[in-house]
Amino acid sequence: MDRRGARKDLLAGATFVAFGLAFAITASTYEVGSALRMGPGYFPLVLGALLVLLGILIAVTGFVAGEGGEIGPVPWQAAGLLVVALIFFGFTVRGLGLVPSLLVTVFLSAMAGRHARVVPAVVTSAALTALSVLIFVIALQLRLPYFGPWFG
Amino acid sequence: MGVLESLGLGLETALTPANLLFCLIGVALGTAVGVLPGIGPTATIAMLLPITFGLEPVTSLIMLAGIYYGAQYGGSTTAILINLPGESSAAVTAIDGHEMTKRGRAGPALATAALGSFFAGTVGTIALALFAAPISRAALEFGPAEYFSLVVLGLIASIALASGSTLKALAMIVLGLLLGTVGQDIYSGTPRFTFGQRELYGGLNFVSLAVGMFGVAEILRNLEGETRRTVVVEKVRNLWLTKEDVRRITAPVLRGTGLGTVLGVLPGAGHVLASFVSYSVEKRVSKHPQEFGRGAIEGVAGPESANNAAAQTSFVPLLTLGLPANSIMALLIGAFIIQGITPGPNVITDEPALVWGLIVSMWIGNLFLVLLNLPLIGLWVRMLTIPYGVLFPAIIAFASIGCYSLGLNAYHVYAVAFFGILGYFLIKLGCEPAPLLLGFVLGPLLEEYLRRALIISRGDPTVFLTRPISLVLLVLAAAAFALAVLPAVRRKREVVFEDE
Repeated sequence: MDRRGARKDLLAGATFVAFGLAFAITASTYEVGSALRMGPGYFPLVLGALLVLLGILIAVTGFVAGEGGEIGPVPWQAAGLLVVALIFFGFTVRGLGLVPSLLVTVFLSAMAGRHARVVPAVVTSAALTALSVLIFVIALQLRLPYFGPWFG
Repeated sequence: MGVLESLGLGLETALTPANLLFCLIGVALGTAVGVLPGIGPTATIAMLLPITFGLEPVTSLIMLAGIYYGAQYGGSTTAILINLPGESSAAVTAIDGHEMTKRGRAGPALATAALGSFFAGTVGTIALALFAAPISRAALEFGPAEYFSLVVLGLIASIALASGSTLKALAMIVLGLLLGTVGQDIYSGTPRFTFGQRELYGGLNFVSLAVGMFGVAEILRNLEGETRRTVVVEKVRNLWLTKEDVRRITAPVLRGTGLGTVLGVLPGAGHVLASFVSYSVEKRVSKHPQEFGRGAIEGVAGPESANNAAAQTSFVPLLTLGLPANSIMALLIGAFIIQGITPGPNVITDEPALVWGLIVSMWIGNLFLVLLNLPLIGLWVRMLTIPYGVLFPAIIAFASIGCYSLGLNAYHVYAVAFFGILGYFLIKLGCEPAPLLLGFVLGPLLEEYLRRALIISRGDPTVFLTRPISLVLLVLAAAAFALAVLPAVRRKREVVFEDE
């Protein structure tokens, strides 16, 4: 039996079980009701239970068959940078305004590339910010201020 | 209203200058994202959805649809020239198309793809026009029980046709359905799974979900390995087909068009399936099957016609029933909702100009594509020299602005990050994101039909089995599921999808 293949299915199964449990347990705190008068909890509770069941099935079949293959490399640093870039944008776009917020966001994401270096990333960031302003604010008339209230 | 009258109305709508312009923009953008690997039509449409808010409903749908079928064209261009299918349905085209390029016959291959696609697109559009009205009339008779069973059938059928593990696809659908329940309950107003955050009362946004799962997750996939590519493209000379070529492609184009028109209506990867089936049919009926894989022009003509015809007819369930056949159609449902139109069988009678304008625009768009693609082929290929290090930060920038501009809500941007990471890890674990998106879009509908049907039947769950249409639909769903898990069919399916 190939343990590595099993690991992929085990992880997938565990993910589904976790989501299923989280939804089912939370749903059971809402009014469940009956089939005739379904409460808000009924549908998610049933689906959550179904997802737990499917998760277990996936894990079991993965363990028996074990043909999932390698998971492969994960670009942890890139994933982290992209998440930070997106959260930074959401958090600051109102306060800092579009231009400074987008400059930082694009710079951070450009740094997520393989072989990324600071100077090309700065150039990319400036160019893409200018392009975005041109497309979204000037051409499409989206109401996003260039600079926000945090600048006083 | 007769078909001719309807098409006349459609022509009138599609030929206004604004609609022509946005049709052109749509197919040009579609060609671009079809050519560029690493960004597909799903992510593009998702990112552009928020900004189409200001357009007329028909104009925005014309553009978004253009991106979809334009991408089919662009994908085959790179498949033929550099053996890099930009879109999954173009994978088959690469087999013989690229062989033709290696033998200095890139021009005829491209011309075959373009002309075959144009012919198939025309037939697909006519089929759509003929079937749309009768199907939607039949659907008007449906009650909540029938709709519930129809949605179940759609969801199950979409996994029966997908590649990969059926169990995982089913789990992804259920997870999608659950994510769709986040937000206020429509009947009681109780906020569900909102963690007390008011911003989540309206539910998770499907634009964020689609951009995260199809845009950000795809970027992470591409950042795993070496992304530098050297593109060597020889100049394409002589696009003309010889008399012999024309004779050889006629039958495959006709067969591919027929197959694609029928298979495109099926939920799931109908257009991908169509091109694979067409390829194996052509190989089987050919008098010289040994040429396949070595530059047989039939291997380009058949699949290219099939996937383009299917791209047109995959609009049938959307326009007649308000049900999406694939993840792109799910996004178009969102486009309808953003514009304040509830998709369903009523749309065709309530908004005839919109439906027929969209249908006719697709034929015009196909014409644009032939004109855009054949003479400007060099321009599209040059786009491949855009380094990925610039392309993906651009996707992040457009995604951030696009999602934030939906109600100026920062949560929509956080959701992109969340779904990007979730989608990436699920893909790594062998779970494709498309069923999840379908489940997410259909979840609220499924719950509403279920609850309404059971209220009408006074809580009697056998209502789904005693009403004949509902029963037939559920039996079909059960059959589709049985087919998907039967070992013999599974093996065959893996053969069909092995090149994906």
